[in-house]
Amino acid sequence: MPTPIATTVLDNGLTVQLKEIHTAPLISHWMWYRVGSRDEIPGKTGISHWVEHMQFKGTPRFPAGILDKAISRDGGIWNAFTYMDWTTYFETLPADKIGLALELEADRMVNSTFDPQEIESERKVVISEREGSENEPLFRLGEAMQVEAFQSHPYRNEVIGSIEDLHKIKREDLYQHYCSYYTPGNAILAAAGDFKAEEMLAQIKEIYKNVPPAPLPPHPAQPEPPLTSQRHVEVKGPGETTFLKIAYRAPSASYADFFPFTLLDSLLTGPSSLSMFGGGGISNKTSRLYRLLVEKELAVHVGGSLQATLDPYLYEITATIHPKQSPEAVLAAIDAEIKRLQEESISVAEITRAIKQARALFAYSSENITNQAFWLGYAEIFANYDWFINYLDQLSKVTTADLQQIAQEYLQPSRRVIGAYLPDGNQGGEA
Amino acid sequence: MKPSITTSWNSLPGPEDITRLELSNAITLLTRANFNSPSVVMSGYLTSGSQFDPDEKLGLAYFTSSALMRGTQSHAHQEIFEILESVGASLGLSASVHTTSFGSRALVEDLPVLLQILNECLRQPVFPADQVEKLRAQLMTSLAIRAQDTEEMASMRFDQVVFPQHPYGRPEDGFTETVQRITRQDLVDFHQAHYGPKGMVLVIVGAVTAEQAQDQVQRALGDWSNPTQLEPASMPEAAPLKATFREQVNIPGKSQTDLVMGTLGPKRCSPDFLPASLGNNILGQFGLMGRIGDVVREQAGLAYHASASLNAWIGAGSWEVSAGVNPANLDRTVDLVISELERFVTEPVSQEELEDSQSNFIGRLPLSMESNSGVANAILNLERFQLGLDYYRRYPQMVSQVTPAMILEAAQSYIDPQKLAIISAGTASVPDVP
Repeated sequence: MPTPIATTVLDNGLTVQLKEIHTAPLISHWMWYRVGSRDEIPGKTGISHWVEHMQFKGTPRFPAGILDKAISRDGGIWNAFTYMDWTTYFETLPADKIGLALELEADRMVNSTFDPQEIESERKVVISEREGSENEPLFRLGEAMQVEAFQSHPYRNEVIGSIEDLHKIKREDLYQHYCSYYTPGNAILAAAGDFKAEEMLAQIKEIYKNVPPAPLPPHPAQPEPPLTSQRHVEVKGPGETTFLKIAYRAPSASYADFFPFTLLDSLLTGPSSLSMFGGGGISNKTSRLYRLLVEKELAVHVGGSLQATLDPYLYEITATIHPKQSPEAVLAAIDAEIKRLQEESISVAEITRAIKQARALFAYSSENITNQAFWLGYAEIFANYDWFINYLDQLSKVTTADLQQIAQEYLQPSRRVIGAYLPDGNQGGEA
Repeated sequence: MKPSITTSWNSLPGPEDITRLELSNAITLLTRANFNSPSVVMSGYLTSGSQFDPDEKLGLAYFTSSALMRGTQSHAHQEIFEILESVGASLGLSASVHTTSFGSRALVEDLPVLLQILNECLRQPVFPADQVEKLRAQLMTSLAIRAQDTEEMASMRFDQVVFPQHPYGRPEDGFTETVQRITRQDLVDFHQAHYGPKGMVLVIVGAVTAEQAQDQVQRALGDWSNPTQLEPASMPEAAPLKATFREQVNIPGKSQTDLVMGTLGPKRCSPDFLPASLGNNILGQFGLMGRIGDVVREQAGLAYHASASLNAWIGAGSWEVSAGVNPANLDRTVDLVISELERFVTEPVSQEELEDSQSNFIGRLPLSMESNSGVANAILNLERFQLGLDYYRRYPQMVSQVTPAMILEAAQSYIDPQKLAIISAGTASVPDVP
């Protein structure tokens, strides 16, 4: 029996999701905002992520540094993440110390300072964060491919933003973004751990009683239809390793096709956990593409990525090419395997196995309270918590015919972006 | 305010709930039950580390450990992974300087399967020639990727400079030319000479009782012996640098330069360890990366990450500050770090800073042991560093007893801001970068 979840919407519009877990004297508290790169307009890319950084720079009540210190003193952890559809803040603390986290999140929902000097200093920090990513060949390839994969949807931009926009964005842009999207009606408070739901809810109501309701912010992004052609992207850079990436349009997480797609990914590139916190993975050496590419020495690594998003995003297959092979040979082999999946029957045993793997990953990730609280809010962003509760059931209903149909519909060579990172022969590595 | 010791304290692993047993073949087994989730974690190590690698074949221990799952007397490579992956279990092996470590997890009903596969891979690997070559190509690609990774290259070069003529100065995964030289027979010989039950430690944490776990381990590994297994040699002492050594590893086409700078640090078993560790927390960990984070990131906005770390190991340790910066800001960052280190070895930390870090050390322990793998890791460290089963119970007391004077003394014993290894890796600065 799963633990019951208490869901409440406060008068000001804040959704509260609570789950009691009494296995350890800890509470994990998350505040989710429906804002991310999906809500950004040209010229302001990276603004959601930068606002997230500014949320650690203090309010009149909790000046910068005070909270860090308070949470660290209690042995807690806190952090924040910005992604395409959401921005989230979390604190995991000893149960008797959680009051601080509750007060803090309510306060910085409305009272963050956005000090001009801090903004300038943080501009440099965010640019430095971007420069760190630029060192990675796969970041550069992914960024170039996203632009090709979406005509106008903001998913075409990296969450960190373009370097041009990071130089241009001003304080008023940041503050306005904050005021529009950091409102109770646009947020979900999720907590899991060692508390009594009733008492916790009373405490939350008290803390949020003075946070006024606000108009719901705009979410102008419109889902884009599938790609209509095959596009090619080449990125040249240092090193001697070639990478190949293929991106297909994927279904959004709330769409029924998402579940068979999860199993399709598992068959092709191995099982992967949708969780961000803990659990660990399972190797992929018996997946179809590993056997085909790595065992046959066309590639030295292959992996797949399917993400739970609000609008249709991308399903990506990434291969590290064997030094003696070419990306063309790897692409041809992948295409042949996908064709096989589309045309030849899939055994029930192969699907049953993928479901058992998903069940194991699910069990591993439920060891950890932070991760349980994560799911309470995360699922609510793109569907609802039932999505998470019913996840394994939904997978177990998938038939071989469903899977085949998904492969036929989504994995079309004529609707994808193919990207290659090609070494420019500049190797370095010398002192 | 004195650090508080919360009631959660007794939930940490201790002598009452860790069961420790030495099998007759000298394998040490430690277990702790946790029935909250239907899964189990098994981790451990053997004494077959890269310290045994000849210089000209550096990477041998790592290559050997990576090849164990490539085929055994009973199962081919794909069969091994078919068995594991079909039940959602995982097993991975890797070598570091002292040990070959393994980590694995499964649903609890599949623990016997996990043990059977571990047993086969450790005792009966056959190193099929074709698999060895496939693996070699993968290792070579990893080395090519490493050569482009600014963080890894700075860190590797730092170790070489701080630990010359010492096993800690050599990268476990070797170099392209040394990995190229390793033959299949080298793997067979290394396995024969260094894999055995002597010194092996196994930790099992999860939904299984101590008796069940002991029974299953006894059945799988209880009859293993290797009379020719070699004992690890003792480590040479590491000598401190005599002067500052600065070097840039050039990697073209990189936006960011990674910086690693520091010196030797205490061994894990040294009485200096805990004061140094608390001091390091103040220097570059606490809150948003301590004093270093404050100066380099918060005040100067020079880096997204800038922190300090203390890596205390069996034979020696290192004390490092690392940061990722724009090449144009490299020199300024180095100067800022040096002034922080000067302050750190001149003035005692404040009582308030110390209490913050003491409280942090004590409070974070339960959180680090939320999951089975966290507990397994914690227990493995008890055994690896011979800390005693009651270590986590004594820990709050030990942490509370550290004083600012002890931290200053530890800092002065290891850090001389005039004698640092300063390594950067990336693309040289363009003069007009903002």
